[in-house]
Amino acid sequence: MSIQIKQISKQFGDFQALKPLDLTINEGELVGLLGPSGSGKTTLLRIIAGLETADQGQILFSGKDVTNLHVRDRKVGFVFQHYALFRHMTVAENVAFGLDVLPKKQRPTKATIKQQVAELLDKVQLSHLASRYPAQLSGGQKQRIALARALAMQPRVLLLDEPFGALDAKVRKELRRWLRNLHDELGFTSVFVTHDQEEALEVSDRVVVMSQGQIEQEATPQDLYQQPASRFVYDFLGGVNVFEGEVSSLKSNRLEQGKAWVAFPDGYKAEAGQLYLRSHELSLSNQPSATAHLPLKIKAVSLIGAEVRVELEPLGWHSQDLWEVVISHSHYNHWQPQRGDTCFAQPQAGQLFTSNENQALAISWTKEQLLIKTA
Amino acid sequence: MTPASLLPKNLISKSFKVTGRQVLPGFALSLGISLFFISLVLLLPLSGLLVQTAGMSWADYWAVVTDSRVMASYQVTLLMALGASLLNGVVGLLLAWVLVRYTFPGKRLIDALVDLPFALPTAVAGITLATLFSAQGWYGQGLAKLGIQVAYTPLGILIAMLFTSLPFVVRNVQPVMEDLNSGDEEAALSLGAKDWTVFRRVIFPALWPALVMGVVLSFIRSLGEFGAVIFIAGNMPYLSEVTSLMIFVRLQEFDYAAASAIASVILMASLVLLFAVNIWQTRYLKRLKGSQ
Repeated sequence: MSIQIKQISKQFGDFQALKPLDLTINEGELVGLLGPSGSGKTTLLRIIAGLETADQGQILFSGKDVTNLHVRDRKVGFVFQHYALFRHMTVAENVAFGLDVLPKKQRPTKATIKQQVAELLDKVQLSHLASRYPAQLSGGQKQRIALARALAMQPRVLLLDEPFGALDAKVRKELRRWLRNLHDELGFTSVFVTHDQEEALEVSDRVVVMSQGQIEQEATPQDLYQQPASRFVYDFLGGVNVFEGEVSSLKSNRLEQGKAWVAFPDGYKAEAGQLYLRSHELSLSNQPSATAHLPLKIKAVSLIGAEVRVELEPLGWHSQDLWEVVISHSHYNHWQPQRGDTCFAQPQAGQLFTSNENQALAISWTKEQLLIKTA
Repeated sequence: MTPASLLPKNLISKSFKVTGRQVLPGFALSLGISLFFISLVLLLPLSGLLVQTAGMSWADYWAVVTDSRVMASYQVTLLMALGASLLNGVVGLLLAWVLVRYTFPGKRLIDALVDLPFALPTAVAGITLATLFSAQGWYGQGLAKLGIQVAYTPLGILIAMLFTSLPFVVRNVQPVMEDLNSGDEEAALSLGAKDWTVFRRVIFPALWPALVMGVVLSFIRSLGEFGAVIFIAGNMPYLSEVTSLMIFVRLQEFDYAAASAIASVILMASLVLLFAVNIWQTRYLKRLKGSQ
């Protein structure tokens, strides 16, 4: 079932939760709504579900107008961040709820319901917990039961509100993959809300980044990561270091701040602004190079996972946040950086945001090539 | 010296469970004072009551508490208390619902008024109710036309009990209702449940333990109600005498032992009910919240 959102807006008192926006979600797609709290992503999801009514606009399910359809008649599956399991019912009773409350004519027989519940519990691999109460389950188990309960109605649309937000990192990762597999297996249309960019990029077919009630960018995870459309998206995706600088003279092709400077490659004219450099798009060495002079003091070195993460503090210049650069283990073993050492960063690629908010300039030092992109 | 420090060390560590390391000291002192106070104010008078009845033989005791006039009073008291507490269950639930779920002008005033029966001397309530429901009173006039007499009948007892025990249900149910997770209702709605089904199968079971507790407390309070009841009951032997009045009557006859005997019956009934409902509620909540 496809979902079409046309000029939907919502106001809570003085607060404009959603500015009129359009969005189309294709049949069978898994879309992640990504944004900080207060960006309107949950409101949008609840409007799609019918738990909230929009002030204006239209919602179509497969071309059919459902704007004024009550939540109980929309036949969507909804999964809540805090599970919302019925505490006084056993796991099996929870899963059976949707079937139990069907009008008499449509309700399957008790035996059929029992069988369907057993199948669903099998699907979420929790058959052995059928007679437990929710209080006896772990967070991950609760969320899987909540999913099974929503799936019992065989919805064509599954909506998930920060489904893994209350779980610890390991379980979260496990459930993400599990959700992705389930989606591919059953082929429903899913929309999920998250504020975790990693989660959105890993699970979704398409990511919709929201901020202040508006859609900032809609793109596949690859496109989103490679071509963030705005400063906000770049910031929100994280792992970025910012060098803010001025250009001292007309002849100079350097972005400067205090003792630090970055020379721009040939064919590009430096302009005052903020240079965004991702943590893996920088290298570190003991000596400044001909193209950059960014002295940094090592604050911390952490050897987690496939890469070594180095936290750095600007020396003789200023940055709002600490810098973070990722280096390989072999580089680390060769170099052996210690806390308190001084080193120099050398950018390989980056994007310059000038005072004109919507224009980002992609710069590459290694190939000395220039890309101008207008969002 | 506090009571706890008089006990051998190993006994303290075994039977007194101080969970984790406490930030504030004074566990022994505060427990000691609390126990002392409870003994002084609650347990000592109660044992005094039992000691007084202990002077009687079993046959005498039995004769006093099963006297036909007393038996009639049990019946009236139990029936009216039952009726009042059940009615309070319904009205109290509704009142709590309105106070929690809706905002309307005067909501805070009504919320405060709910506690009035606790604050008002019961005798004042009794006189007021008796005046209201007498044949010349505001309510009484109207009801008389319908052929219903409230004042000086068992119905009056019910009204008085209803008045004095209303807060129990409201104040028990209200906080639980406030803590209800709106997600549960939304989940039920998204699964296609009708409004009434949502209430019956999702909301009500969550309120149930608090509601039962409220009704039982209201019932226990009604069992012993004296001040509000006697003014409106008419106090006709075998017809509209409540048990607490029987105690008073025995006292006026200077028959302290008999008074204590009847009192002990009410005491037992109240205690048994209170413990029973506490155990039941603990079990129910354990299932809901898991064993912690």
